[in-house]
Amino acid sequence: MTFWSRTAKISVSLALIMMVMAILVEITPLGENPWMRVFFGVSALNFTLRAAIPLVLGALSGILCERSGIINIGIEGMMLAGAFAGFVAKSSTNDWPLYASLLFSVLVALGVGGLMGLLHGLFSIRFRMDQIISGTVIIILAAGLSSYLYDRDAISAGKFTPIPIPLLSEIPLIGPVIFNNAPITYVALLLVLVVHIAIFHTRWGLRTRAVGEHPRAADTEGINVNRQRYFNTMLGGMLAGLAGGFLVLEAVGQFQEGMTAGRGFISLAAMIFGNWTPFGALGAATLFGYTQALQNEFLLAGVTTIPRQFVSMLPYIVTIVAVSGLVGRVRPPAAIGKSYDTEGNK
Amino acid sequence: MAQANSNKTNSTQKRFFLGIFLIPFLALLTALVAGAVVMLAFRDDPILAYQGLFQGAFGSGRAWSVTIRKMIPFILTGLSVAVAFKAGLFNIGASGQFVIGSVCSVAIGIHFEGLPMIIHLPLAILSGMLGGMIWGAIPGLLKVTTGAHEVIVTIMMNYLASLFAGWTVYAGGTQGQTPGPLWDRTARAISETSDVFESAQIPWLFGPPYRVHYGVFLALIAVVVVWWLIYKTTIGFEIRTVGQNPKAARYAGIRVEKTVVLTMCLAGALAGLAGTIEALGLNHKFAPEFGGQVGFDGITVALLGQTHPFGVVIASFLFGALDAGAAKMQFESGVAADIIQVIQALVLAFVAAPLIIKALFRLRSSGDEKHATKLNTSWGGS
Repeated sequence: MTFWSRTAKISVSLALIMMVMAILVEITPLGENPWMRVFFGVSALNFTLRAAIPLVLGALSGILCERSGIINIGIEGMMLAGAFAGFVAKSSTNDWPLYASLLFSVLVALGVGGLMGLLHGLFSIRFRMDQIISGTVIIILAAGLSSYLYDRDAISAGKFTPIPIPLLSEIPLIGPVIFNNAPITYVALLLVLVVHIAIFHTRWGLRTRAVGEHPRAADTEGINVNRQRYFNTMLGGMLAGLAGGFLVLEAVGQFQEGMTAGRGFISLAAMIFGNWTPFGALGAATLFGYTQALQNEFLLAGVTTIPRQFVSMLPYIVTIVAVSGLVGRVRPPAAIGKSYDTEGNK
Repeated sequence: MAQANSNKTNSTQKRFFLGIFLIPFLALLTALVAGAVVMLAFRDDPILAYQGLFQGAFGSGRAWSVTIRKMIPFILTGLSVAVAFKAGLFNIGASGQFVIGSVCSVAIGIHFEGLPMIIHLPLAILSGMLGGMIWGAIPGLLKVTTGAHEVIVTIMMNYLASLFAGWTVYAGGTQGQTPGPLWDRTARAISETSDVFESAQIPWLFGPPYRVHYGVFLALIAVVVVWWLIYKTTIGFEIRTVGQNPKAARYAGIRVEKTVVLTMCLAGALAGLAGTIEALGLNHKFAPEFGGQVGFDGITVALLGQTHPFGVVIASFLFGALDAGAAKMQFESGVAADIIQVIQALVLAFVAAPLIIKALFRLRSSGDEKHATKLNTSWGGS
């Protein structure tokens, strides 16, 4: 039931249709139609995956926090902090061997993301700040600090390059799209499975869900509610930091001010659209990634005279439609947004 | 304890004082100190920086005029966010509503040459407010009809607003895309409108060196109107009740859906008015780079002002000063003006969590932390 949430079903069928169409476009005369290439060409698929990765990671970050009852609208800020930290680490270790420097930078991005998560936890648990406002603080703080500290002359040299997986990458069409990617992409896809198993099939996951649904009951069972929440918020921050690291160390190779450009918010929508499940989030992120890819393909292919601003509206409109109409009723964790005190502590 | 009981009015007054003045003041102070620590950590000179900041904000008559002018958009976007807070809604969309307000007012302002000012200017202002109102109403309507959370929808509406506004002044594409309807042909490749006619410009208050316009009075009128609306009318009572307890409000016969949409309309109109005044009073045209950040700052201003209209004015004054002084600070001390954003985030943090300030300054807890702003924090599932 949880695995095959409705969103996951919709997304998987969409993905299948896309794959079939892509194969048809590739091997039949259908590919001569420029519109078909725009919608289903290999480059659209490639771009979809690349755009979906930060969204997936952001959505997983949201899931970890929110399943334990902490709203995290600060994903955008944690992502930006991770991106900036990754950039600083990379640009100051340019003389190291490439992979050592890249791995070090990923670790720094993870660490700084985790710290931002911890800050969010401190604000909303220890100081009982409204969680949405705390998230806003994280966003403004990350934007301000990264602009203040950004050294415009710094350059990060090199980024992660694709590592084809032997045999699997030989599969026509699917191989080059899925099995010929850079490391963070593989890690992100793997993390979807890991988080799914962790949340639904481990003791930690059971505790997380208990704390997010009914903290009083969890407390009665001897679970330390706030410790669980701190831990999850930090983990969530790390994942958002990794998403930022992906942008700098794998996708772009440089840092730009405000480079997350709303991805944190869209991943929040992906989390809601995916009904707080990892696979649902993956499906939603893929859908949003696809709209971004379409936007890109439209502009590159020049098949339309619609002004580019309207083409660029696509991802945002799809997000609004997704959170309002398409999802129907989603059900957030019951205790979300409420700070928790033990009886004696009131 | 006995003393507190015997002197109850005194203690509520004290709590009021604590909430409205002391906490925001201490929050600002702490944020400035923390900002100084950040500057020290990165080898900037905070004393030089704050000197420049102060001079840029209050050092001369001209500095004062900039501070006051910069207050105007903060007041209105702050009010916009504050009004939404009153109904338990989080309007992150003020920047989008601001941009749409600018575009709509300029659209009237660059047309209808020869119209007398007494008709042209109000028409342009109303158009801007209407634009912002529509932009604010959409998230409200979606919330009550489909349960879509206003936080996400307003953020998406911000992106849509800046894309839409960008299109209106779009200079046309190389593949035969038609240029936007408000684009000034004489500007060639630059994306901007022509100047609005003088009959639609908000006049300056004083001569050239002082750049303050009559918009400041519009903003202050808005403050009084909002205060009256929120605290003295039935609609205001309904808005506040919905914000405090939507279930009780529904039980009491208040139409929660209507109130939510109405509040978002009001919030949108206020942010739209902010954009309108900036466009008609200061820039006299629209270009994509005008606006944006000020909507986000409205959140901080609203919280710093404890979501009270008069508090918002005080908070706007502080933010106007920070903004006005930032350029001078960067020029005088070489400290990047972005540090102001860090300080603002810290102010927001300390205001939103009075517990931090109380712990820092060892203030006695009033035992009433519910005082801090709380939002309707459900994602709209039920």
